[in-house]
Amino acid sequence: MTTYSDPYASSRETTEGTVFSVTGGDWDSLVSEIGESKEERIIVNMGPQHPSTHGVLRLVLELEGETVTEVRTGIGYLHTGIEKNIEYRNWTQAVTFATRMDYLAPIFNETAYCLAVEKLLGITNDVPERASVIRVMMMELNRISSHMVALGTGALELGAMGPMFFAFRDREIVLDTFEEITGLRMNMAYVRPGGVSQDLPAGMTVKIREVVKTLRKNFEDNAKLLIGNTIWMKRTEGIGYLDLAGCTTLGITGPVLRSAGLPWDLRKMQPYCGYENYDFEVITADTADVYGRFLVRMAELEQSLRIIEQAADKLDKLEGQPVMVADKKIAWPAQLALGADGLGNSLEHIREIMGTSMESLIHHFKLVTEGFRVPAGQAYAAVESPRGELAAHVVSDGGTRPYRVHFREPSFNNLQSTSAMSEGGMVADIIGAVASIDPVMGGVDR
Amino acid sequence: MSEDQTGMFGAAGTGDTSGYGGLVRTAAFTGSTERPYGGYFDDVADDLERAYPDFADATTRVVVDRGELTLHIKKSRLLEVAFILRDKLKFEMCMGVSGVHYPDRQGAELVALYPLLSMTKNQRVRLEVATSEVDPHIPSLVEVWAGNNWHERETFDMFGIIFDGHPGLTRILMPDDWDGHPQRKDYPLGGIAVEYKGATTPAPSNRRSYR
Repeated sequence: MTTYSDPYASSRETTEGTVFSVTGGDWDSLVSEIGESKEERIIVNMGPQHPSTHGVLRLVLELEGETVTEVRTGIGYLHTGIEKNIEYRNWTQAVTFATRMDYLAPIFNETAYCLAVEKLLGITNDVPERASVIRVMMMELNRISSHMVALGTGALELGAMGPMFFAFRDREIVLDTFEEITGLRMNMAYVRPGGVSQDLPAGMTVKIREVVKTLRKNFEDNAKLLIGNTIWMKRTEGIGYLDLAGCTTLGITGPVLRSAGLPWDLRKMQPYCGYENYDFEVITADTADVYGRFLVRMAELEQSLRIIEQAADKLDKLEGQPVMVADKKIAWPAQLALGADGLGNSLEHIREIMGTSMESLIHHFKLVTEGFRVPAGQAYAAVESPRGELAAHVVSDGGTRPYRVHFREPSFNNLQSTSAMSEGGMVADIIGAVASIDPVMGGVDR
Repeated sequence: MSEDQTGMFGAAGTGDTSGYGGLVRTAAFTGSTERPYGGYFDDVADDLERAYPDFADATTRVVVDRGELTLHIKKSRLLEVAFILRDKLKFEMCMGVSGVHYPDRQGAELVALYPLLSMTKNQRVRLEVATSEVDPHIPSLVEVWAGNNWHERETFDMFGIIFDGHPGLTRILMPDDWDGHPQRKDYPLGGIAVEYKGATTPAPSNRRSYR
């Protein structure tokens, strides 16, 4: 057996084998070296396991006293190879992967991907209106649940416990609604190329209106707690400053950009899923700081509620309309229905493919195992996610599986601004700055 | 992508009695689009030609497909074109870098794509730059759009495209000492076969594929 000498552990031979004694390694020499130098420079490693770094984010801070002189961001701890995995699944299965990226905004991931695939298929205008309205409604509900985490955890990280309770109480209401509609609270894979996987349960719009009513009342709690609160404003005003020029050069979108005063919202500027048919406002602030971003998110909640109400009205008018494209060569063949043993294929559909029509069975089998083909080419589709421009760049070689899918993740891009926001400030303000970017590491690392 | 594909539904070799293995799928090659491009794309091209006289020489192809304008730029001219697009045509934002690996395209295996956004004019344009696997160098655009920093690191990490002039081109998602570039087509997905009740499900990359 060969023994290796380890610089961090002295070893001795025993009858049981080599025993290593781990000591402080080169720590002593490091400390004496720092003690000799005159500058009071300290390098602190924050994360990747730190309660206020929003998941596995690592920050290496260089401090002089309590002033931050340099911030380096380390990411990649949650890299799961979603883009690579998608290349080995068919076009419909890829939704199941995409939904898991930014786990606080699954509907947006799915929609961005599906819009790109629909663009490649050339069926953007064939997606039924009811499906688009459902997508809009789900996205806005999702925006609320995502902003609730941003506000709740952001406040908690700065030491305010109450807003977190209120925010997660309201988030639960949205997640329960998701569960009722899709069967899952998150990672639903609900939006599919061509439409959505299933129609809303009966009487859902009534419930949605009740949810909107409850949420509108509930949002007042956090508004009362935080807006104008002296302690909260002292922790957030003038902190994490990033002006419009900084946002532009760093490619920052979403609430961070809007807090710098530019009313840039893809829902208004480059509408998709029929957003041009809804009445809502783009919220901005002019402070370009953490407080401004917080105000933008708070006010966006109300705009989302407005959109959801309008969507509910539209859904009532579109009752009974299809939620998937008419083209049977693309539409998922299963007609889902709720049975005694849970959600599954409807009995009529099973009766048809198993008992009546051989061709239906073949068709079902081909579409489910092989999937549909997408004409060769590339497409880029962007949506306004709670964190900014979330886009899917999808390349097809004409086959049944994506040739390449790349997600332009707003969290990934916006996290670059951590240094610009925090350097020169106090170490405690880094927490506020990162919280105001609202990064989700699942989306950053993918 | 660039070559014809055979062997549909995984049928190949002497055991293929289905005939599917003999089917040939011709690759669709999108050539250069002729004018007019439609929409605001003609304006973008006009403005670019006016602001940059060497435009015709710097581009290999201009493609309008599915409502998107793609400018194929020679990599030696990329930096010039990027500066013109940012300063003269008001494309203030670069939304990142996406890489694609086409192993069959001799001499242009690696492709980097830059989706540009003009908030002033509410327009989008995509730049496409190709380079070879042997010489995977593309000029960095970090000095044009600072936000490209991480995106270029990601594309380097995943595809091994070296962005010349990048301030610190290191791996970003994979560990620093990782071997290979995972998003290349010759890089295996990995995974293991799973046995359940006597039946074995192969790893995703080894399953029968329907090409």
